[in-house]
Amino acid sequence: MSSIAFEGDVPAVQVVDLTKRFGAFTAVDRVSLSIGKGEIVGFIGPNGAGKSTTIRMLCGLLHPSSGRAWVGGFDVGREPEKVRAHIGYMSQKFSLYDDLTVWENLRFFAGMYHVRRQDLSDRLAAAVAMAGLRGRENSLVGTLAAGWKQRLALGCAILHRPPVLFLDEPTSGVEPEARRRFWDFIHELAGQGVTVLVSTHYMDEAEYCNRIALINAGRLIAIGSPGELRQQRLGGELFELACQPLGAALAAIRAIPEVVDAAIFGDRLHILLREGQAVPDFALLLQAEGIQAMPAHRIAASLEDVFVQLVSHEQGAHP
Amino acid sequence: MKMRRVVAIAYKEALQIWRDPRSLAIALFLPFMQMALLGYGVSLDVRHVPLCVFDQERSQLSRELVNRFTASGWFDTVHLVDSDNAVRKAIDSNVCRAVVIIPVDFSRVLNVTGQASVQAIFDGTDANTTNIATGYVNGIVAQASADFKRRWAAARGLGQTKVDQVDLRSRAWFNEGLDSRNFIIPGVVAIIMASVGAQLTSLTISREWERGTMEQLISTPVTAMEVMLGKLVPYFAIALADAIFCLLVAVYWFEVPFRGSLATLAVTTALFAVVVLGIGYLLSVRIRSQLGASQVALILTLLPTTMLSGYTFPIDQMPAAVQAVTFLVYARYYVSILRDVFLKGSPIEDLAAPVLALVIFTAAIGYLAATAFRKRLD
Repeated sequence: MSSIAFEGDVPAVQVVDLTKRFGAFTAVDRVSLSIGKGEIVGFIGPNGAGKSTTIRMLCGLLHPSSGRAWVGGFDVGREPEKVRAHIGYMSQKFSLYDDLTVWENLRFFAGMYHVRRQDLSDRLAAAVAMAGLRGRENSLVGTLAAGWKQRLALGCAILHRPPVLFLDEPTSGVEPEARRRFWDFIHELAGQGVTVLVSTHYMDEAEYCNRIALINAGRLIAIGSPGELRQQRLGGELFELACQPLGAALAAIRAIPEVVDAAIFGDRLHILLREGQAVPDFALLLQAEGIQAMPAHRIAASLEDVFVQLVSHEQGAHP
Repeated sequence: MKMRRVVAIAYKEALQIWRDPRSLAIALFLPFMQMALLGYGVSLDVRHVPLCVFDQERSQLSRELVNRFTASGWFDTVHLVDSDNAVRKAIDSNVCRAVVIIPVDFSRVLNVTGQASVQAIFDGTDANTTNIATGYVNGIVAQASADFKRRWAAARGLGQTKVDQVDLRSRAWFNEGLDSRNFIIPGVVAIIMASVGAQLTSLTISREWERGTMEQLISTPVTAMEVMLGKLVPYFAIALADAIFCLLVAVYWFEVPFRGSLATLAVTTALFAVVVLGIGYLLSVRIRSQLGASQVALILTLLPTTMLSGYTFPIDQMPAAVQAVTFLVYARYYVSILRDVFLKGSPIEDLAAPVLALVIFTAAIGYLAATAFRKRLD
């Protein structure tokens, strides 16, 4: 599939101390990571964490304030045009031409990526099929639903069969069924050797990635496979507790010595307990404070738990 | 540079223009409207000045004089008034802009001395019209008194040569009828191209920023040069089509004489089109909003081109400082080329100075436009 092969063991994406400052604000703070060929890496973090800024720097759209990055072996700060020839990019905001038809958009981007003439009809047909828009080639893109638009945008971004794909929140505003199909397609691409860096704020989508990079306040706070992060990063056992009122309960639980950390998750508390400790009777302790509580039970950690735990740890370390 | 990319961008841009009512309106309707407004609305000629006559004598001779005013075409609906009071009232109520008072002894004085005079009163609020109308009144009275004098001399058996030794006949070259329309309309073509051209391209880059399509576009390997060329091609075609339309209207509708060469006209028009489109493109690159860019384009092109290009106000009568500024008003070169090509039929070698100036502007704007666009978000 990829016409451009990387030499030897050169990582598809190599980032070293990449930093972006906007005035006094540091949007991306010394991020370093390395992504291998065919890997799917997810950027996870809240809005404003620096995910988009990082991706834009890797596409050569923003100039790094300091640090360096190589995509496909090309320096993003010094050879942005070479980088652009080797990447596909989907920006956060849908950015195809609403006033052009499906077919016109594809033709346009095929021209921009200079797809060879002998490949043109195959590539266009494949993109239409992938987007599920067969028979709607002549519809104006502005009339399509979000899920279709997003798959068409992906179709446009891979017309030149780039070895590296940057997808910035590709599934935001897309219904779950369309999201799932989208991820199937990403896996298909990765199976063909395409390296994918994808940002999302849907925690459940993190499970689709080979590795996850957790980003908060411009810093990379952890990177690893979803399993690794869940097992190693938490450093304790996790319990769930339904109680009322949550705020008072949180303060009371945090005061218990065996408790490493506690946080509100929806309408309940998640409590991290030091490994190998006897489990205190939380309900009884809370009743003493006049708080209603159900018995606590042990749960498997979700990535969200890991994320919350890491962020609070981070904040303790870097006040 | 890859031609295919230029073609792809040009085609895309053409489709977007075709589907964008605002761009279409600017491309098609604006030139038509401006041509009608400027072609008909702006005229420096003074015709049909409403005139009142207070004929105190009411003789055959005085009536003949009044008829000459009516027949001249310069003056309209001659009202007759019969008192000084009515004269004042006619001027005050804007019934007329000029009053001619023929004195009660007009014929008698003429018959005795061979010289007669009338009094003319003008509404001086519009100094320009007053100036021109004064000239007309003088002309008509002078012509009439010369004729009367000739008759008076003949009646006394005097030789004609004694009275009328010099017969001055002035003739204006290139615009024989001294028709200001012939002078203005070629300039109108320049005004329309300057404003429409810059308006059109002022939207082209800012539209991509506003709609968010720019980020996708600049993530591709397309170069700034390819973007510029691709975007300008369809607008260049529109600008030329607009120019052809305006020139045809000038020649066939307003009947401005065309005496020059089409090749000269084509070459200079193409150069001018590149300059105006380049200006709009530059603004569009710098100002990332459609509204902002088109507003600035309007102010930057319409005002200087109408005021400082020499299209209505002669440059050589401006103060020296203003004259110096007009060298930067690229439209002045095209206006003077158009006039010379239309009215004088000047060959291109006689137009070396303004053509060279246009070439310099084309090169400078082209360079700035080609280097202005950066494929960066910061």
